[in-house]
Amino acid sequence: MNKDVWVFIEQRNGKPADVSFELLSKGRKLAENLHGELKAVVIGSNVKPLAEETFKFGAAEALVIDNPALEHFRTIPYSRILTELVEIHKPRIVLFGATVIGRDLAPRVASHTKSGLTADCTDLQISTVKYLKKDYEDLLLQIRPAFGGNIIATIITPDVEVQMATVREGVMRLEPLPSPVKGKITNIPYLPNELDELIKIIEQHRQENKVNLKAASIIVSGGYGMGSKANFKMIHDLASLIGGDVAGSRAAVDAGFITSDRQVGQTGVTVRPKLYIACGISGAIQHRAGMSESNKIIAINTDPDAPIFGIAHYGIVGDATQIIPMFINVFKQKLR
Amino acid sequence: MHSIVLVKQVPDTANISGQVMKEDGTVNRAKLPAIFNHEDRVALELALQIKDKLGGKVTAITMGPPRASDVLRECLFMGADDAVLISDRKFAGADTLATSYVLSEAIKHLGKYDFVFAGRQAIDGDTAQVGPQTAEKLGIPQITYTEEILEIKENSVKIKRKIDGGYEILESALPVLITVVKDASFPRPYKAKRIMAYKNAKTLIELEKLTEGNSLLYIDQLKEEYQSKNLYIKTLTMDDLKLDEARCGVHGSPTKVHKIESVVLAGGNHEMIPPDKAGMSVLIDKLMEDHILG
Repeated sequence: MNKDVWVFIEQRNGKPADVSFELLSKGRKLAENLHGELKAVVIGSNVKPLAEETFKFGAAEALVIDNPALEHFRTIPYSRILTELVEIHKPRIVLFGATVIGRDLAPRVASHTKSGLTADCTDLQISTVKYLKKDYEDLLLQIRPAFGGNIIATIITPDVEVQMATVREGVMRLEPLPSPVKGKITNIPYLPNELDELIKIIEQHRQENKVNLKAASIIVSGGYGMGSKANFKMIHDLASLIGGDVAGSRAAVDAGFITSDRQVGQTGVTVRPKLYIACGISGAIQHRAGMSESNKIIAINTDPDAPIFGIAHYGIVGDATQIIPMFINVFKQKLR
Repeated sequence: MHSIVLVKQVPDTANISGQVMKEDGTVNRAKLPAIFNHEDRVALELALQIKDKLGGKVTAITMGPPRASDVLRECLFMGADDAVLISDRKFAGADTLATSYVLSEAIKHLGKYDFVFAGRQAIDGDTAQVGPQTAEKLGIPQITYTEEILEIKENSVKIKRKIDGGYEILESALPVLITVVKDASFPRPYKAKRIMAYKNAKTLIELEKLTEGNSLLYIDQLKEEYQSKNLYIKTLTMDDLKLDEARCGVHGSPTKVHKIESVVLAGGNHEMIPPDKAGMSVLIDKLMEDHILG
């Protein structure tokens, strides 16, 4: 059986998505465990430099499909190309970023190849597993919170050849090698198909993402417990005072307190700042998955049993809308 | 235009209380309130808007246990012309691959269509996989993350969709499968008249319950009566759809749950800070000492 680990390298206007390199870093370890090879699949136009960049993260081979028709992601040609490659080579594992593109592409490929696919994994491991009294060697453990965060499920796909998973940006650590490996580039021709033209791109508008929570050293984050959008302004005030960035939990995003590009957690961004202040956030596992590796965590919550206190370094039981102004006042006095 | 809308009844994962978690840490699904997945409701709204503008028909379908008929009645309240329940014990334990197989076969069974709509994802799994996998099995294009339908022509549709860091406008041939984000539209409220008309709509399973222990009621007659009153919710099983059992339910699902751990919180070695000025002062001093603040 093939033991290779593939990573789909996502590019937008020729620029690679961070998550693809993060997945290469994780994929390298998975491939080592499996005694297989790490391979990058690069689809686009003029993507040879991008293919070479994957060697910095340990890809032994880049499968490159380079054609002007493939400049922008389109579901049908991309999924057709990847499906054909998967069917020919049968890699053991294929990883995708859980981006808009990855979440559009991966299920289509998994459906055609009848592969298992697990979305938004927060951890991936290789292990031998006993399932229904049968031993399976070297399965991919696909670990993700489920059911509103009340449980952590380990998903396996024991009886299929190809195991697929998507992972959010920032979940896996980016680990460039000290020096690139001597990788091989394999060019694969693009054979157009009339079905590729069923959907045409008329316009595309993309702004550089200005929000970069991953790089923030201090994050002040608010949850549903802030009560209202007006109260959420305190989060901004505190953040600007102490030089931090503003973030929120999914509940805060759903309530309209903050935009989704600042959501921390399993379906948002994973952050590892020096200081994370969680205000009115109860700390469901999905949220904790996105911030538990912060260096120092301060939790402010009215409920002394809130799960957020379980991972906090400093806990304050109280209403964040009263605590934050107090913190701001005392801090300003100390600065004087 | 014929639009088929895929809807799902989901456990209300946002409102999980103590009762719902069993002692062994697993979830007691029966205790969870079941609700209409919101993004599916938005999908139905878009389909109804097309019907309002261009005429045609809207069919809502769901795969689920018998009680999923609740969301189908809600679809009828909102304005769907037809509702279809696909239900069979053999569908239990289906992952997204097995689900999309059943749904795609049911869609083929329903005949000609121009659009298949679905919510972007369901709140119980958040996978967003069933839409694209159903499109693949139907052999039709897909547009996920739809924010707005801009224009519909006889054989094509123009759509604005979200992409990472922005949006794009696509033109697709019909038929196409469209998944929608929650901001794509605001679902219309139920009409009192339609609630009165359809609150007694029943699936075959529900009609069978009525005949149980009542020797005067015959299921075929009852079904005919409900059909004539337009109150019959079409009910399809694995056999009705002539499905391959090996591709349904747990057998047709490559993903298996190997292990479930309830989330046990570590005792927490956090230091309690009193919620007052003195407490804040102590906390800020500590953070300054560690060169995190200041």
